[in-house]
Amino acid sequence: MKMRGARILLESLRCEGVKHIFGYPGGAVLHIYDELVKHAENLGITHYLVRHEQAALFGAAGYSQATGQTGVALVTSGPGGTNAVTGIANAFMDSLPLVVFTGQVPTHLIGNDAFQEADLTGITRSCTKHNYLVKHVEDLAPTIKEAFYVASHGRPGPVLVDLPKDMTAQEIEFSYPETIEVRSYKPQIYGEHKAVKKAVKAMLTAERPVLYIGGGALAAGAFDEVRELAEKLNLPTTCTLMGLGGFPASHPLSLGMLGMHGGYWTNMAVNNCDLLISIGARFDDRVTGKLSEFAKGAKFIHVDIDPSCISKNVPCDYPVVGDAKIVLQQMLKEIEEQVNDGHQISTHSAWHEQIAEWRRQHPFWWKEEGDVIKPQYVIHELHRITKGQAVVSADVGQHQMWTAQLYGFDTPRNWLNSGGLGAMGYGFPAAVGAAVARPNELVVSVVGDGGFQMVLNELATIKQYNIPVKILLINNGFLGMVRQWQEQFYEHRYSHSNIEVQPDFVRLAEAYGIPALRATKMNEVTHTLEKGLNTPGPVLIEMKVAREENVFPIVPAGAALKDMILA
Amino acid sequence: MKHTISLLVENEYGMLTRVAGLFSARGYQIDTLNVAPTLEEGVSRMTITTHGNDHVIEQIIQQSRKLVRIIEVTDMTVAPHVEREMVMLTVSARPGEQRQEVLSLVEIFRAKVVDVSNDSFILEMTGNAEKVGAFIELLKPLGIHDIVRTGPVAMTRVAHIKAQKLKDDDEEFSELTLNEKV
Repeated sequence: MKMRGARILLESLRCEGVKHIFGYPGGAVLHIYDELVKHAENLGITHYLVRHEQAALFGAAGYSQATGQTGVALVTSGPGGTNAVTGIANAFMDSLPLVVFTGQVPTHLIGNDAFQEADLTGITRSCTKHNYLVKHVEDLAPTIKEAFYVASHGRPGPVLVDLPKDMTAQEIEFSYPETIEVRSYKPQIYGEHKAVKKAVKAMLTAERPVLYIGGGALAAGAFDEVRELAEKLNLPTTCTLMGLGGFPASHPLSLGMLGMHGGYWTNMAVNNCDLLISIGARFDDRVTGKLSEFAKGAKFIHVDIDPSCISKNVPCDYPVVGDAKIVLQQMLKEIEEQVNDGHQISTHSAWHEQIAEWRRQHPFWWKEEGDVIKPQYVIHELHRITKGQAVVSADVGQHQMWTAQLYGFDTPRNWLNSGGLGAMGYGFPAAVGAAVARPNELVVSVVGDGGFQMVLNELATIKQYNIPVKILLINNGFLGMVRQWQEQFYEHRYSHSNIEVQPDFVRLAEAYGIPALRATKMNEVTHTLEKGLNTPGPVLIEMKVAREENVFPIVPAGAALKDMILA
Repeated sequence: MKHTISLLVENEYGMLTRVAGLFSARGYQIDTLNVAPTLEEGVSRMTITTHGNDHVIEQIIQQSRKLVRIIEVTDMTVAPHVEREMVMLTVSARPGEQRQEVLSLVEIFRAKVVDVSNDSFILEMTGNAEKVGAFIELLKPLGIHDIVRTGPVAMTRVAHIKAQKLKDDDEEFSELTLNEKV
């Protein structure tokens, strides 16, 4: 059957199994929105109208983080596309599979400075995994097929498809390719046998090993394999900010998060280990601190599907290129073989005892000060009340670090945040995406007053669709992390980080028709949280917290992990 | 250290900016760049010369491989290869002694006179970077008015073909040995 490009786009989405898209209409995508209103229901596709294009991208990213599936966003040309750029860059840094459809002016106007024209493939070239400009309608379906393939295979990432308006108007016979072969893109899935063998030998001979889990392990769905490896070899296991949930936080072998705001015991373990086994992590500067001091006496095993990540920051002794899940399976098999050949598995009991001692010396802590609400306590209570089972989407800043430190994630895909790009404004719209993807689960968006004010327009979105996101606003009237750095590293000069001039958030939420609660004293925290979390539908819970609380420990930028500041 | 990187790419819209953008975004240098079609339709060969330590070069190769439309990336420098670039120069060649001197350099360097006017020549010469450099240096005192260079292209040497055969068929081979002697 002949159909116009706009319909072909929707039929293609159906073929890809897309159920939800986040978007915002405009001139260049009117044909698509016209087909949406006519056919979306039959195609099983629900479109969520956001209130700013950035939220469409963050929503799609949250959807992807919460499910592992490819998120889809649809925005118009020019400003629609440029507003989406932050969201695209975020997905690129955090390796989230997204397919972003942007409108474009008709092909005959491209390059003419037409109304709402922007060179979107040019602008996004450096923050997409790949992008396409569709110039012939017969290329439309195959391009979409390839876009979904590229976004989700190998190291995932965002792919942009730019659609000139005439491409969505022209009619052609629709047929969706069943398979796709991209000659120039074939990620290596299986680890080389020799490399796996060598790495396993190093694991079995290490005396003070640490297993270091990154977002790549989550992307590969390697949760079971990570756990099996850790348990089989008695490996103390730490997760990066992006890897939280990749290993159960409540597991006796868990060390929690490492890096700039990691635990003292975690960073000391990494600092003193003799073998660091990295699974899908990228040795980010927020993890390593001063590179030349990072795990100085250790050898490195690095498993990654992206060879450019290996030895990028730290010279690797045992590189293994491949999919984390597959490589771990290969490793587990190899361990069995080497054990059968007589290799012993160590209990590492002295090493575990040493780490436990470090943990006893400096656990996470906060000081209670009268009535003032301590933000750490709020997170602690959130964990207790939700039994650690909620989907938690944090924004960027102090509250993000407290949540990462104190909300123990036992399962993958319950922790959403903007790790690599650190994009303020991510937490709330990402929670919307997660709540759409997992409608029967409790989704809590922990946000600060700074980041929330960047996206509070999305209150209208959750009202419109009755999306049951519980917004937990940690309000200290500061850009807290900026203030903390100004306090610690700029002699208390609080330059433009005070945002105490702000709306009454409770009345603001109510103006959108969303119930809201507020706690201002310690003894109100538990009750307010419980009441808010039990309120059906969307709700805002504001916590007026201590204004100048700091996140500890902190490794100052560029310092070695062992030089972290504890208090 | 200088490296010659050869990239086999799908020749589609925006390919050059994808590669150039990768280099600029990650702070790598492009010293020279050459792009031309191959025998296969839709596939081009890019030859880039760049410099950096081993770590930088390794990153350039791995990051380039990640570009979805790049088919193959080879660091030509690590294997036996032949490298050539072409230069064209407009040089002073007034009748008499100067013209004779230019012609003798043309002879020595196996260059060609491709255009003649009353008092100048356009010369064409092919060779590796050192040979081209030497030719330019020798011509400088005689007066170079204009110069264009293609930047190097490179090809892996096929090791299993007998040297004798190469010598018979391939003038480039004898040039190479000549240069190696120098």
